Amino acid sequence: MRIELNGLTKRFGDTLVLDHVDLEIREGEFLGLLGPSGSGKTTLLRILAGLEVADFGSLSIGDRNANELPFELRQMGFVFQNYALFEHMSVFENVAFGLRVRPRRRRPKQVEINERVQKLLDLVQLEGFETRFPAQLSGGQRQRVALARALATEPKILLLDEPFGALDAKVRVELRRSLREIHDTAGLTTVFVTHDQDEALDLADRVAIMSRGQIEQIGTPSDIFEEPKTPFVIDFLGRTNAFNCEVSDGKVKLGDKLIIIDPPLPDGQAVAFVRPANIVLAKANGTVTSEDPVLPHSATVRFISEIGPWATVELLYQGQFIEVEMMREKLHELELAVGDQCVMSVRFPRVFSRGQVERQVADVRKMKGLRGRFRQRRNRS
Amino acid sequence: MAEVAAHASSVFEQAAPQEVKLPLSEPPAVRVALIVAALGFLVVFLIMPLLVVLTEALRQGVQAYATAIVEPEAVAAIQLTLLTAAIVVPLNVMFGIAAAWAITKFDFPGKSFLITLIDLPFSVSPVIGGMVFVLLFGLQGLFGPWLFAHGIKIIFAVPGIIIATLFVTLPFVARELIPLMQKQGTDAEEAALMLGASGWQTFRRVTLPNIKWGLLYGVLLCNGRAIGEFGAVAVVSGHIAGLTNTMPLHVEVLYNDYDFVAAFAVASLLTLMALATLAFKTFLEWRSSALLARPRVH
Amino acid sequence: MAISLAAGRFRQHSIIPGFGLTFGITLTYLGLIVLIPLAVLFAEAAGAGGAKVWAELSTARTLSAFRVSFGSALLAALINAVAGLLVAWVLVRYDFPGRRFIDALIDLPFALPTAVAGISLTALYSGNGWIGSILEPAGIKVAFTPLGILVALIFVGLPFVVRTVEPVLRESGKNLEEAAALLGAPRWRILYHVVFPPLLPALMTGFTLAFARAIGEYGSVIFIAGNMPGVSEILPLLIVVKLEQFDYAGATVLASLMLIASFILLFAINLLQAWTRRRQGG
Repeated sequence: MRIELNGLTKRFGDTLVLDHVDLEIREGEFLGLLGPSGSGKTTLLRILAGLEVADFGSLSIGDRNANELPFELRQMGFVFQNYALFEHMSVFENVAFGLRVRPRRRRPKQVEINERVQKLLDLVQLEGFETRFPAQLSGGQRQRVALARALATEPKILLLDEPFGALDAKVRVELRRSLREIHDTAGLTTVFVTHDQDEALDLADRVAIMSRGQIEQIGTPSDIFEEPKTPFVIDFLGRTNAFNCEVSDGKVKLGDKLIIIDPPLPDGQAVAFVRPANIVLAKANGTVTSEDPVLPHSATVRFISEIGPWATVELLYQGQFIEVEMMREKLHELELAVGDQCVMSVRFPRVFSRGQVERQVADVRKMKGLRGRFRQRRNRS
Repeated sequence: MAEVAAHASSVFEQAAPQEVKLPLSEPPAVRVALIVAALGFLVVFLIMPLLVVLTEALRQGVQAYATAIVEPEAVAAIQLTLLTAAIVVPLNVMFGIAAAWAITKFDFPGKSFLITLIDLPFSVSPVIGGMVFVLLFGLQGLFGPWLFAHGIKIIFAVPGIIIATLFVTLPFVARELIPLMQKQGTDAEEAALMLGASGWQTFRRVTLPNIKWGLLYGVLLCNGRAIGEFGAVAVVSGHIAGLTNTMPLHVEVLYNDYDFVAAFAVASLLTLMALATLAFKTFLEWRSSALLARPRVH
Repeated sequence: MAISLAAGRFRQHSIIPGFGLTFGITLTYLGLIVLIPLAVLFAEAAGAGGAKVWAELSTARTLSAFRVSFGSALLAALINAVAGLLVAWVLVRYDFPGRRFIDALIDLPFALPTAVAGISLTALYSGNGWIGSILEPAGIKVAFTPLGILVALIFVGLPFVVRTVEPVLRESGKNLEEAAALLGAPRWRILYHVVFPPLLPALMTGFTLAFARAIGEYGSVIFIAGNMPGVSEILPLLIVVKLEQFDYAGATVLASLMLIASFILLFAINLLQAWTRRRQGG
């Protein structure tokens, strides 16, 4: 079922939690709502579910106005962040709950309920757990019970609130796979909320990045990763470095080159964002010629780390820490060591005016510990 | 650290090394003294009053004790006490559940005022608890003449006792449920509703099992107070033997008549009920320490 | 395109049903049993007129009743604070045979009907009682004197301090004491600087609860007190006497004053408990 949100606005007390949000959720898609805490993603999900009501705006589900749709007809399943399992009921009773509470007319016979619960437990790989109680289960198992319970009523739309939050890394990955499989097989429309970008980018067909009650950008994982449209998105997704530059006459002066940005930025201070993999290093003992902008002054290598096929080099540049990624062989080619001076050239910079950056990135700074992290260990390649 | 200290002291003092212990507890002598003092206080103020009831009741032997208990007026008092509890407890349970549901599952202004109001009967002298109803329903009270004209007796009759007891025991169930349900939150109920359960189904199948220990605890406290209430009931009752005497009132009547053995006999019954309440209470606390939200503050 | 307005309603929207029903029941019940009766009380007291109020307050009997009630309650609460702290300490920190049994028994004054407490304390402290027979020859008369009132109020207030201090003591981090000990503090300093300060809010809460309870106590006091006007008559008893004399105006005035005092104390208790919670991050 298609879902459409228009101009959704919600306040809690003095805080504006959702700010005129428009969103279209396509039938059958797996959509991720990604953002830091306080971005409004959970509130959005709860409004979708009907657990909260927006102050303004409209919500239509399957082309029907949601206000006219009572719960039972929304065909939604909801998985809570802390699972909200019924602790005093067995796994079987938890999963069967949605079927047992139906009015007599719609209630399936006991035999059918048994069958359905069995199938669901098989689906989430909890065969044999029927008589256990939630307190006896691990986090991952509880999660699967919550999922099975939500699926019991055969919803068309599945909503999940930070479903893998409290679980170990390995369990998360397994559960991710299961969830996606279930979504594909059952033909659901799934919306899930998370603050873990790896998860969102890994699982979703489309990801909507939210900040401060607004959707910053929505697109496929590779779209938003490769072509971030706002400073917030760049800073939130993956790792990135930031360099100061200037705009005059509509052209950006970055390092020794002039870049033309379309649409042009206003004149004045600007910031260029560059991903670690897009910085090319050269030893600072000769002249460096490159088609890409070459940054002035040299940087000092402070730390080198080699893991697998990749190498990460951390440099000190103008009082800032810069992170560069390259293939390990390339690192050896350059014969870089800690203390060496390097010259950087940058590729694929994303430039934004300083004003826009300051407005958006201040709150994200708190999340990224990359800059300012001073590593004490010495390391030699 | 203790070993370091020990070593250090032996190096510096050149004497036989003493085991230096961290002062993490009082010296044994102090400990014993404190225990003795505390137990002494408790024996005087707690144990002795308890024992006195039994010894005084049995002062003239078991026969006298038994006679006092089955005496018709005593039996009437027992019946009235049990009747009062049987009416008051369920009513206050209904109120407690309703109030706790309204307060903990919803958000509205004036909540803390409401909670203070619920606490009020608990912090007010029981005499006042009885008095307000005398003011309302007594002969000289607000509705006095009307009631008299219609032949309805509230004060100096059973209804008055019931309503006065209702007043003083009103908070008990609510006070247990409110913090408990606040701690439990609304997730489980929301989950049940999203799965299609109706309001009643949700309450019966999800909420009730979650609060059952707190509810039992509240019922226990409410019951204990309903049985033992004295001040409020004394004011409204009129002490009409055989009719409007609850057990505590009957104890007073017997005592004022110098019939000490009988008084203590009935008192011993009340004491046994109190001890049973304590035993149940301890059992409930042991059974579900995680499920009772507050520290036991009465 | 529909606009849904959740702002400006009495309560925030929630899918949980039953607000109307439960709120209605709550308000009706409270209104009938608590609000209206109390309102009538205050109305009658207010209706008595300023002159009557003043006359009421300034009789020697009334003043003495206030003195006896509040004075004894205060003293009893103080004694309970000290003894309650001791008992809580011993019950939490030490182990001895019968500790759990005694711990369960602490609630006895709360569970026991006040009339039973009243007659048994009287039996205990009267001339031929177990304790009275020791004290009276020594010149200390407890039964039928203000001292008896004190004893009864200590009894009823006993659980309050113990039960508020115990949980705080239990959760008290052993780590703090260890840290202080490692820094070289002797035991008494550890107790004074590290262990007791966090107990203070709980102690005060318990004290206030015991105080509030003692002011209004009736059943356990009237047997052991002499009930002599001007000497050992407590305020609740004076109110009962006035009621029996149909001096409703006088009774309501006194009751209103007691209520106001109770309300102030209740407010103080709530503030203290909020402060305690904030201090202990709980």
